[in-house]
Amino acid sequence: MSASPDDATSLSGPPGIDPAALHRPGGSVDDTTQLALFRQMVRMRKFETRAYDLFMENLVKGTSHLSLGQEAIAAAFGEAMDENDYTFATYRGHAHTLARGTSMTGVMGELLGRSCGVLAGKGGSMHLTDVRHGVMGSYAIVGAHLTIALGAAWSAQYRGDPRVAVAFFGDGTTNIGAFHESLNLAAVWNLPVVFVCENNLYMEYTPIGSVTSVANPAADRASAYGLESILVDGNDADAMYLTARECIERARSGGGPSLIEARTYRSGGHSRADPGTYKPPDEAAAWAAYDPISIYRARLVGRGVSEAALDAIEETADGDVETATREAKASPPPGPETLMSNVWSDGGSSWRN
Amino acid sequence: MAELTYRSAVARAITQEMERDPNVVFLGEDVAGAGGVFKATVGLLERFGPERVRDTPISEQAILGAAMGAAMTGLRPIAEIMFADFFAVCWDLVANQIAKSSYMTAGQVSFPLVIRSGNGGGLRFGAQHSQSVESWAMAIPGLKVVAPSTPADVIGLFAAAVRDPDPVLFFEHKGLYATKGEVPDGELVDTLGSARVLKPGGDATIVALAAMVPRALEAAVILAERGIDAAVVDVRSLVPLDTRTILGEVSVTGRLFTVEENPRLCGWGAELVSIVAEECFNDLDGPPLRITTPHIPLPSADALEDMAIPSVERIVTTIERAMQS
Repeated sequence: MSASPDDATSLSGPPGIDPAALHRPGGSVDDTTQLALFRQMVRMRKFETRAYDLFMENLVKGTSHLSLGQEAIAAAFGEAMDENDYTFATYRGHAHTLARGTSMTGVMGELLGRSCGVLAGKGGSMHLTDVRHGVMGSYAIVGAHLTIALGAAWSAQYRGDPRVAVAFFGDGTTNIGAFHESLNLAAVWNLPVVFVCENNLYMEYTPIGSVTSVANPAADRASAYGLESILVDGNDADAMYLTARECIERARSGGGPSLIEARTYRSGGHSRADPGTYKPPDEAAAWAAYDPISIYRARLVGRGVSEAALDAIEETADGDVETATREAKASPPPGPETLMSNVWSDGGSSWRN
Repeated sequence: MAELTYRSAVARAITQEMERDPNVVFLGEDVAGAGGVFKATVGLLERFGPERVRDTPISEQAILGAAMGAAMTGLRPIAEIMFADFFAVCWDLVANQIAKSSYMTAGQVSFPLVIRSGNGGGLRFGAQHSQSVESWAMAIPGLKVVAPSTPADVIGLFAAAVRDPDPVLFFEHKGLYATKGEVPDGELVDTLGSARVLKPGGDATIVALAAMVPRALEAAVILAERGIDAAVVDVRSLVPLDTRTILGEVSVTGRLFTVEENPRLCGWGAELVSIVAEECFNDLDGPPLRITTPHIPLPSADALEDMAIPSVERIVTTIERAMQS
């Protein structure tokens, strides 16, 4: 039942894109990975939906940026990366963190500001980090982490360590200087890093096309750094997975950096305060019909996976989200001893004698 | 013991640490092939090779991001920001990323890195290549801030900075690169957060940093001729700050004078005066006074720049007048 992304896909492809322009990665996705991809996406979807609900209950404070509709990208990399590889995510990084195996309770607790949070309540939604699982941070100043990812890649290269760094970012990042500095230096130093642009069509509230000189904000810039132009269907978990594997393998084998533009769509607004009313209804409807989980479920069923097996994955994810929510709610807020710790690596915060 | 320039002390310091630890790597603009625009890193490429001593494009954000990512994954990078003024184009990496990530991640990551930079004025470079920006760094929790005044301190404090597990901004003063000083033979390792009393004194305490230290020492000699016995303390490290040494000296003399190259507002001396006011007010015999560059961008003409930056004459005059009143 091993399948390439071209088979069994009766759907037309992502709205607004000439299918001929899309990257066609080679290889096939085995049965186990197909179910893993489905499981990853479902867990992300259910987690993000719960996070949204908890906002509405005012249990999640501050802000949050959800990956609803974009799950295939984080899921694909979660499956394609080795456990020692480095993830660098953005403030929209819940999904990318979960994808590496971070505990759902740890992420939920962080959103709720509880001591069970993966950052003990000191970082919050936008800074999820779990070094034990290779999540080297979620970064909330657009573009910064591309430079940091190249540093981790440089370090791996220098140490002769086969690790690869993967940096996820949005389409808006392609217009900030750090993007260009990072791509250039990564190319010049031939670093094992994969840059993944999740083009969800909106730079916060503004259509990316209205503020960008090229149609494909990342793919059309690749040639400026001597890189292959890769535009991929970011809602097709198989295509994403095979592309991820291809680029990670290139990096690991000394072939240098890659820049992927994954076309996708943000189902909701930019952040919690944004209902996304500026999105044209036709556009939203077309993408809703091209939801990554719905199309993947249909594809798996078409390949002979039983509905019951997929339902079981959904039910398990429901249970995981329930457990995480319950545990996070039960966890106490961080105590005052947490406030003054960890400014320095000795655990303290003293600046004088 | 040998006489060394401040400039060559930089290369010796980097050499000492790179020879000791293969995880120490060095990157920056023009640092390898050219040996640095201030010729402070000559010979390092030849000695350690292009894998460890790397020229970068003019990409300050990428330089510091690379250093940060390398530090959090096992290396101990040294990054050069050519002129300290250029921190303004990569301050996100310094202030938002490197400084805060240990705290924000509850200690999951640490950043054993050093960012060295040519700081300060006096070379007629104008307002964008002459600033003293150590007070910018001092205002950000999570950064250690060091500024040596002698070749020996360049080596000892730099070694301490490289071996420190936290990020250190190491401000070399451009105006001191050509100065000379005695440097002991062999490995030198100093201690961050230790001020040094360079000259004892009973009447007044002058606290200075970097290029203001030799001026303070010179001023103290003149003041002595005029009957004022001034102590001179080299702060050396703003974070951590050795308040014990400084408060001890001020308690003895009862008078504090800071000499700061930075523009007036929020200079390091302001913090020091505040600490002294809170903690040894009753030992004071008169108001603490700050001798600083006025709150202006630095001008380029030599005549103007010399008026702006605290001079020996201004230090002497200010202290003499204050002590007489």
